[in-house]
Formats: sequence, structure tokens, C-alpha cells
Amino acid sequence: MSGFFRFILKRIVYMLITLLLISSCTFLLMNFLPGSPYGNEEKLTNKQREVMNERYGLNKPLGERYIIYMSGMLKGDFGISLQFGDQPVRSILSKRIGPSLQLGIQAMILGTSVGIILGMIAAMFQNSFIDAIVSLIAIIGRSVPNFVFAVLLQLLFAVYLKLFPIALWDKGFLSTVLPTVALSVSPMADSARFIRTEMIEVLNSDYIELARAKGMSEWRVAFKHGLRNALIPLITILGPMSVSLMTGSLVVENIFAIPGIGEQFVKSIMTNDYSTIMAVTMLYSTMLVTIILFVDILYGIVDPRIRVGGGEY
Amino acid sequence: MDEPINENKNLSPKIPSSYFTPLDDTHHFDNERIAAPSLSFYQDAWRRLKKNKAAVASMIILLLIILVEVLSIWYSPYDPNLQNVPHANLPPRIPHVNINGFNGKAKISGVWVDKYELVHVPKDLNYYFGTDAFGRDLLSRVLAGTRVSLLIALAAAFFDLIIGITYGLVSGWKGGSVDTIMQRILEIISGIPTLVVVILMLLFIRPGVTSIIIALGLTGWITMARVVRAETLKLKNQEFVLAARTLGESSLNIAVGHILPNLSGIIIIQTMFTIPSAIFFEAFLSFIGIGMRAPNASLGTLLNEGYKTFRFLPHLMWFPAVAICVIMITFNLLADGLRDAFDPKMKD
Amino acid sequence: MGEKILEINDLHVSFQTFAGRVQAVRGVSLTLNKGETLALVGESGSGKSVTCRSIMRLLSKNASIDSGKIIFNGEDLLSKTDKEMQHIRGKDIAMVFQDPMTSLNPTMTVGKQVAEPIILHQKLSKSEAMKKALELFRLVDIPEPEKRLKYYPHQFSGGQRQRIVIAIALACNPKILIADEPTTALDVTIKAEILDLMKSIQKKVSTSIIFVTHDLGVVANIANRVAVMYGGKIVEIGTVDEIFYNPKHPYTWGLLRSVPTLDDREDSLYAIPGSPPDLLDPPKGDVFAQRNQYALNVDAYYEPPMFKVSQTHYASTWLLDPRAPKIKIPQSIAARWQYFKSKKQSFKDKRG
Ligand SMILES: Nc1ncnc2c1ncn2[C@@H]1O[C@H](COP(=O)(O)OP(=O)(O)OP(=O)(O)O)[C@@H](O)[C@H]1O
Ligand SMILES: [Mg+2]
Repeated sequence: MSGFFRFILKRIVYMLITLLLISSCTFLLMNFLPGSPYGNEEKLTNKQREVMNERYGLNKPLGERYIIYMSGMLKGDFGISLQFGDQPVRSILSKRIGPSLQLGIQAMILGTSVGIILGMIAAMFQNSFIDAIVSLIAIIGRSVPNFVFAVLLQLLFAVYLKLFPIALWDKGFLSTVLPTVALSVSPMADSARFIRTEMIEVLNSDYIELARAKGMSEWRVAFKHGLRNALIPLITILGPMSVSLMTGSLVVENIFAIPGIGEQFVKSIMTNDYSTIMAVTMLYSTMLVTIILFVDILYGIVDPRIRVGGGEY
Repeated sequence: MDEPINENKNLSPKIPSSYFTPLDDTHHFDNERIAAPSLSFYQDAWRRLKKNKAAVASMIILLLIILVEVLSIWYSPYDPNLQNVPHANLPPRIPHVNINGFNGKAKISGVWVDKYELVHVPKDLNYYFGTDAFGRDLLSRVLAGTRVSLLIALAAAFFDLIIGITYGLVSGWKGGSVDTIMQRILEIISGIPTLVVVILMLLFIRPGVTSIIIALGLTGWITMARVVRAETLKLKNQEFVLAARTLGESSLNIAVGHILPNLSGIIIIQTMFTIPSAIFFEAFLSFIGIGMRAPNASLGTLLNEGYKTFRFLPHLMWFPAVAICVIMITFNLLADGLRDAFDPKMKD
Repeated sequence: MGEKILEINDLHVSFQTFAGRVQAVRGVSLTLNKGETLALVGESGSGKSVTCRSIMRLLSKNASIDSGKIIFNGEDLLSKTDKEMQHIRGKDIAMVFQDPMTSLNPTMTVGKQVAEPIILHQKLSKSEAMKKALELFRLVDIPEPEKRLKYYPHQFSGGQRQRIVIAIALACNPKILIADEPTTALDVTIKAEILDLMKSIQKKVSTSIIFVTHDLGVVANIANRVAVMYGGKIVEIGTVDEIFYNPKHPYTWGLLRSVPTLDDREDSLYAIPGSPPDLLDPPKGDVFAQRNQYALNVDAYYEPPMFKVSQTHYASTWLLDPRAPKIKIPQSIAARWQYFKSKKQSFKDKRG
């Protein structure tokens, strides 16, 4: 048990180093970035620019600005957006985190649950027609870029069939259906493929043979003994799957005009909105390292070999 | 107790007694054949790959695509960036094909109209994939865009092979504190989302193929490094390596001469998995507008342009969409096939 | 001997593989009597496990049972549906596997795993099943059974895990217990403990046991009868005494010679020269002929029938044909009889 705790503690230290590294890099990069943060550079006089620099603290020495930036960040203060009506970055992002989170969670749940079912069925009927169909779905899900998929969904279900709003965020749950489906394709394909491989391996293991020898039916064996053992390692790909969700949200939110972080991020990149870019970068990185940590802890909880000691940590 | 077994009485009387003598040394049993010659690692993998129809088909399609792309450097139907505004927004016209949508006709307010006639395009001038809003030939642009994707694939594979393998090999082979430090560095780097690295890089360097390639070079090789390290650790203590050591071969020689060849399987597999994700990343960045810049075409920018007018000019979206899907699917299928071929324990 | 409980008739099993059809079992016939322990011995690949799995109908997907009958309770198991087989498995016929380290589900408490067949077949409630599981843990000598029921497999040693697997197999008082090399993966002292356990259990619950091993040494103190398998066939079958003190088949001789004895030095360990037959294309005539130093010309052309040696003893070798030259059992085996006897004796002494 203590071994596991020490392991988690070590992970937290790495997580903090990673974050420190990323925030410093971002800060430095932003400082040496070509292009000006002001939207209407050409029309500004020198005087005006000085006033603005003063106002945003851009005339202070680098070291001082670094300290201001880092201490602000600890308090969740990312400064003021220079592009979007002088609002504090925090208030811009806090409004937008809800929709992104909702979509991300919905897509994760939908994608992994459909993927698990597909993968399990494919494994149980290995090398059959059903298995081939699932493999086909998985390969398409993995190959077709999510923005292509999002556009096709939009065209088919919103434009032609008119079942869902095209790109509106005010229809409640209905507005979330298409973007959720578009986002869920990649976790679905990943988990279907993963569970299939795991399940096939598990179903060939000795303890499954023993369960069969007890006289249990094949389905009962698969559910009671197979599934749990195949599911545990799925936790390890939660990290990469969340990353692909974050990436996907950038395009999907744009295509469906969702007022989320991803859409804001793209806008900020296009307009050199440095403070927002830094904030989103930090947000994404923090989320990723937290998820990785969470995955390690979760693994320790669900796998008795680690939980009850005697594990490999 | 009566077992279902022959009784001594009914033994075969036909056998001549002369047979019941000790076997002479000269007799050879016909089953003392030499076992089938064992196949080499590659022959074996190749034999398994050939059995996988999807992988073989993908490989053929990819080879064809590569061939066409190489040829199109010199023989593109049109200059992909050449604007010809009078011929703007033409639907595809393929000679001798009379299917609406591929014969130069487009639906305008519910009626099929021959747009080529409207703008007086000569009879023998065809745009097989149609044209975009500036009258640029879409086929030429899709060809150019696919070339970008393949270039990115090549670059990603290159980084994977150079940085990833070196890093993994050194880390695994050296072991000890070198390994620990290198692993910590990897652990920290992998905590940074690739997307974030790429976007920061793109802000810093001018967007374009080079910047995307550099960005990929920074992060794309991490998985390869991990895989190679793990495998090197496994191989390090095997007999043939220990034997080479006792024979006094240098560390570098053993690593390159003995370990590396044994890693070829997983290296091929891993490279094949890196490629589609690199292609995706370029298309993705170009689609959101921070990858390739106009007027240069990449599948991502083409999709972005096509997406904006999808409802009215569907061909602008469909052709690049199909192109990227075909490339991604074939690469993934081939990668899967290679994995199964090199790693037989995964399949039966 | 008592009445028979299981009868295998001319069983043929093959596997479809990349390289072709592997004929793993080629005409196995044997009977198992009530309350006895039948040892199935033979080299690796001789078809012991395949025979056992055929009884359980737990062969892999690429297997096919080409012909034969397995009669249990007057019914042919091979013609039963999957559903009917599920009622027999774990209840009437139970199995213990070779590797205790991988035989238990790592993410389920051992108590639940022992209770599972009880709930399934005896329709008991969970708590009643747990009570039975506790009894079983006591039967197989797991210390602190109440506490240990809630443990996970990784918290037990290899020997203890095999005891748990045996407890699972005994959960529903099976009529037949098939133990497929239950001690091979264990080290020597643990091996002896498990053998001890199996013997004492058989006394208490009186099931019939098919005990698979490739070590004839183990057989001497556990089995009543022995069937020797080679190349997918039974080449000799008889009581323990018959197999040890009056073996007829040259392969059995080889096996007996290769049993390590205490005064053998490491380097004098005997191994039968040559390698097992290629089951993709089994040899014509006698399967063992190419490794047999006493081979006759007839072996190259004709397959020997099962010659009857006594009411309980049969062997399949042309050496038993009246026309064959009389060959004396090799001196080196006779020299070992004293050792076998002492081994059996010491085992009896130990049991008191
Ligand atoms: N699933 C399978 N597919 C193909 N061939 C198989 C399969 N299972 C067993 N065989 C073959 O059948 C033959 C008999 O195997 P079996 O497992 O019964 O041997 P065994 O006597 O139990 O040996 P061991 O002492 O190693 O357990 C072997 O040649 C083996 O290669
Ligand atoms: Mg076996």
C-alpha cells in the first residue's frame, strides 16, 4: 500500500514539474512571438502604443513579468484578453468551459460504452462476420478525420433530414447530439479495438478455461470473468482518448458553432490573443496531467493486485 | 472387465513370420524426413501479410497513390494554384460519363443545368473533379494536397526512425542512471498535449509544411522511443547478446548489429502507426486554419474551403474528403496487417 | 475392480492448423472404474491433455472430434448439446489444470470463485455457498480459512492456489476428477504436499480420478492403474504393479528408465533418444518404431494390435506376438524395482 502511495506521490511531483515547464515555455514563446497583440497595429501611433503597453504591463522587464504571470496563474488569473473587449481571460473561459466539458463527457461515455460492447461482441465471435463488421467500424472510426465526420453528420441529419439544429447552441440537449456523436467516434473506435484485443487474450487465459470447466455458459464466463479483466487495462488509454477529444473539440466546436473552449482557442490563435492562448494551453496541459494521474490512481483502485499490496509498485 | 481391445487370438495371420526379425540398420522409415525448412523472420511475416487481403489491397492502393503522386510532380493536369475566374465553381465533367454531377451539370434551383455551356467552356476541356471559386482545377489541387500528406508521412516516419529509435536504444541499452534521466524527460514531455506543442510552434514559426514537420519532429517520436526502449531492455539479457559481449564486441556494435535487427518488426509496426496520425494532424491544423497557408493546397485546406460551400458545391468537399479517408484507411489497414504479420501472437 | 464410470471408445481428435491437420488423438480407448485413480502418462505432446479436454468437451475452436464415443452414465458425452454439457461440467466431471498461478481469476476473491460452481449447480444462496466454500477450504488445508476466503489469488503461494483450484473442482462432489499435471508447475516439496492432499481427498470423497503426468515417479504412489500414451495412442495399460514390475512395451521401459532415483547422479539421467512422431503425418506401422532399439521389421508396415497380457494388462507392441523374438526386460529397469518398492513403502509409512 505504501508503495502505491509513494508511486502516486512521485507522479504528482512529475506532474508539477511538467506544468512548471510548460507554463515557462509558453510564457517565453509568447514573449518572442512575431506579430503584435493589438488588432489594429497599423493605425496606432507610438504614443498610443506606449499607453497600451503601460496598461497591459508589457513595458516591464521580462523577469518581473514572469513573476507576475506565474503568481497570477496560481490564483487562476491569466490577465486580460487584448482582443475580446478587454475582458479578463478567466471570465471569457469560465463561461465556455461548461459546453466543452458537457460535450467531452457525453462523448467519452457514449464512445467507450458503444466501443466496449462492440469490442466484446467481436471478441466472442472472433473471425466471424460480426467480427469483420466491428473491425470495419473500428477502422473507419480510426481513419475518417473527426472534422470530416462532423461535416457529414451535419449535412445528413441537420441539413437534409432536419432532425437536429444545424449550428445552434440554444436547443438544449438536442444541440449536443450531433457534436457528441462526432466526437465520440474516435474513443468508440479506440475502445472497441482495445477491448477486442484484450478480451481475446483474456478469453484464452487459464482462469477462463477453469470458469468454463465449472460449467458456466460462454456468455456468463465472458461477463463475469472476462469483461472485468478486459476493462481494467482500458483505463490506461483514457489519457490518450481524452487528448484526442480535446483535439477533436477544436474542430467540432467550430463546425457546430458551440461556444466552448475549443472554438475560443481557434479564434484566439487566429487573432494573436496571447493571454487567452496561454490560458488555454495551461488549461489543456493541466487537464491532461490530471487525467494521467487520475488514471494511475484509478488503476490502483480497481486492480486488486495493486490495491491489496503485493503489486509491482 | 472387458476392455474394448483386440484379443491375442485375432492377430493378423497374413503377416509373414519373416517380418518378426529385428529391424536391420539399413531400413529407413519414410517418416524420417527432414522437417520443412524454417522460414526466416521476414519470409514468415511476409507469408502472413499476404494472407491478409485487406492489408495487401491497401498496400497496392498506397503504392498506386504514391506512383500517381510522384508522376503528378511533372504531369499535373493543371497548375494547382492557377486561377481562371471565368471557369469558377464548375462541377466535375468526365468524358463519356453521363451521370448528373459528373457530366458538367449542376442543380440550380432544382433544375440540372450544364454549367460548362453557361460559361462557354470548350468541348474538349474537362475538369474531372470540377473547379473551385477561383477556377482552379480541383483534381490538380487534390493531387497537390495528397502530395503534402505523403510528404508529412515521410517526415514523420523519418523522425520516428532517427530520433525515436536512437533515444529508445540509448535509454534501454545504457540503462542505469542514463535510462532513469531519459525516462523522466520522456515522462515530462509526454505530459504536454501534442496539440499544444504544435500550436505553440506554429505561432512561433511561419505556418507551412516546414513548421508542421518541425512540430511533429518535436513530439511524434515519443511512442517509438518507449517501444524501442522496452524491447531493448528485454533483448539486452538474452543469450545472443551476452555471447556477443563475452566475445568482446563493442557496445555500439552490439546495439546496432545485434539489437537493432531484432527490433525491426516493432519498428516497422510503430512507424506505420505514426504515419496516419501525422497525416491527420496536418489535415487537422490546415482545416482549422493554422497549417498550410493559401494559395497552397493541402487536403486540410481543401476540406476547409469545401466545407464552407458544401451545400451548394458539394464536389469541393467530397473529393478531398474521399482522398483523405482513402489514405487514412489504407495506412491504418496496412499498419494493422503488419502488426498481425510481425506479431503473430496477436492472431491465432 | 468395481463398476466402470467412464468409457472412452476409439476416440479420434484432430486440430486444423496453419501447417495442416494435427492428429493429436488417434484411437484412444480406456475405462475408468468407480473410486479408482487412473494415471495417464506419456511424453509431452502425446495427447494426454487433448484426451482429458475431450471428456470435458473443452477443446479449442480449431479442434474436431472425428470419431469415437465417451460414455458416462450410459450416455455419450460427445452427442450432448452445449447446454447439457454445462450441467455435467463442474458438477459430475471436474478438472484441475496445470498452472495454479494462472488458473484463478486475478480480480475476484477466491471465496467467490469457490462458491461459484456451488451456486450454479446446487442452486444454493450466496451465503450458503460461502459456508460450503469454507468447508472446502478446510478440506484442502488452507490456514485461517474464514479470513482467506476474502483474499485475492495473488495473496496466495503457488501450492495454496493449487489447493484452491482443487477445492473448486471438488465443490460439487464430482464423480470424476480430471487432474491435468496438477503438480508439474510446482517445486518438489509442494508437489509432494499436493499429491498427499489428492490421495487423502480421494479417501474422503471417493471420486474417480484421472491423473495426468509425464513423470512415472509420481504415479507409483497415487494411481491404481496406469495408461501409457505415445503419439496419440495408448500403448500400454495395466495396474501400477503390472506397469512397474512387468512392463511389456519398450516405450514404457524407456519411461521407467528415465525416472530419476536417489542414487542417480545428475549426468546419468536417462532420456529416450529421438523425438516424438510428427502428428501432422503420423508414421505407418508402429508409431514408436523409429525410437525403438528393439524394433522389428514388421513395425515398419503394420500397426500392432493391443495384445492381452493379463485380465487387466494390455500392450501394443509386436514384441508380444508369438512369432517375435523373446526379449528380456532391460537389466537397468529390474535394478530399479527395489527403489520403486521403497518409494511406495515410504509413502505408506508417512501416511501412517
Ligand atoms: N489447440 C491446438 N491446436 C493445434 N494443435 C494442438 C492444439 N492442442 C494440442 N495440439 C497438439 O496435439 C498434440 C497433443 O497435445 P496435448 O496437449 O494433448 O499433449 P500432452 O500430452 O498434454 O503434452 P504435455 O505434457 O506437454 O501437456 C500436440 O502435438 C499438440 O501440438
Ligand atoms: Mg498437457
